[in-house]
Amino acid sequence: MVALRTVMNTLSESLALAAGLVTHFDTHLVEIVMLSLRVSLTATLLAACLGMPLGAAIAVGRFPARPALVVVLNAMMGLPPVVVGLVVYLLLSRAGPLGALGLLFTPGAMVFAQTILITPIIAALTSQIVADAWTEYREQLTSLGAGTYRAAMTLLWDTRYSLATVLLAGFGRAIAEVGAVMIVGGNINGVTRVMTTTIALETSKGDLPLALALGLVLIAIVVLLNALAQVTRGWAKVRFG
Amino acid sequence: MADFVTGLPIALSQAAAAPGGVPVLTGIDLVLAAGGRTVLLGPNGAGKSTLLRVLHGLIPPSAGSITWGDATTRPPGQAMVFQRPVMLRRSAGDNVRYALDLAGVHGAEADARIAEALDEVGLRTLAARPARVLSGGEQQKLAFARVWALRPEILFLDEPTASLDPAAARSVEKIIADIHRRGTTIVMTTHNLVQAKRLADDVLFLHGGRITERTPAREFFMTPRSPEAVAFLEGERL
Repeated sequence: MVALRTVMNTLSESLALAAGLVTHFDTHLVEIVMLSLRVSLTATLLAACLGMPLGAAIAVGRFPARPALVVVLNAMMGLPPVVVGLVVYLLLSRAGPLGALGLLFTPGAMVFAQTILITPIIAALTSQIVADAWTEYREQLTSLGAGTYRAAMTLLWDTRYSLATVLLAGFGRAIAEVGAVMIVGGNINGVTRVMTTTIALETSKGDLPLALALGLVLIAIVVLLNALAQVTRGWAKVRFG
Repeated sequence: MADFVTGLPIALSQAAAAPGGVPVLTGIDLVLAAGGRTVLLGPNGAGKSTLLRVLHGLIPPSAGSITWGDATTRPPGQAMVFQRPVMLRRSAGDNVRYALDLAGVHGAEADARIAEALDEVGLRTLAARPARVLSGGEQQKLAFARVWALRPEILFLDEPTASLDPAAARSVEKIIADIHRRGTTIVMTTHNLVQAKRLADDVLFLHGGRITERTPAREFFMTPRSPEAVAFLEGERL
């Protein structure tokens, strides 16, 4: 009973301290949050540039390697982050093929790893959405004379509000990821320490307030983005049908 | 006036079609010349829509051959309006612009054609309205505006008034007549025999994936030759 009360007291004290860190915009906390956002948004942007055209090409195109590509892409959706981290580490390490770039233990390496991790997710989900649209649009676009490339671009544009959810899924996966960024970033204070790696570190040290504060921010970001995506889709449905 | 004069006549020689591996058309011999209004009639499953898609180049023949003028691949100058129009998620005007852009018509010429086409179908005031929020009848008219702007040599219509109320259907029929008057050859399917009487110069009757009769419309409705056509016109199950 006493032990439980002690735990509850610790938790409530930690939560109060965490809330204080958040409401007072603690400099250290803000720095970590901003780095997390910068890394994950950049990775999402890069993954979108790669994954969305790839997904659209798979949905619309008919080429010999297509079935194999679909299998590989679907398999890559379940890539274990630590394995991605390990592979990127080997690529970027001094003896690796990309060692000359000097990216290891920098935010650039973390962007690299997260991009690899979420590109298959964005490509596969995009492919699904565009394929559904292609079923509806195919005859009309073909009748109008749209070739494969033009049809794919048209479908990407026409499904843009649904694709916003895809971006969100990619971003959610990126910002919540810990294994890969820990390996390739090194969790260096002030350089590569992001929300998830800080939560892991501070929890292991027993410093719960900062971990909890970052956890609250992380959840708030995810909830906010989900709400934003839902509002955008609802608005688009009313506005554009 | 149509912009292109290269894709006619369309000639099918012993053509067959099996979309999705299912045989639908067999042994089709047909020549469609410029200028007329041909209506494809026949019971459900006869192959009317499939024949329309073969003629438009959307479905390649599984046997036999098709030529458009001297070409073996579909030339420009064709358009098709489907039973349920597909509109892009953009404004009514931009849906017409998209079609023109694909046809290589841009700038001031495109602007003029869009205004003219929307005027023609009575949608000028709705040019900025998102196309997908228009009513079914308005969307079908927009599909015709797209066609009007393209000025095709030949226009395929797949039951274009099937999902419209009578007033909207008559309005669409008037647009079809206007498009034909401008020099566009019309090939359409319909289940509406009254509409077929109003619009057809020629009737092509299909049954079981074959053309069983091709006659001037007046003759078809007065004295159909094939037993299948007689049964169809009498409303009997085929």
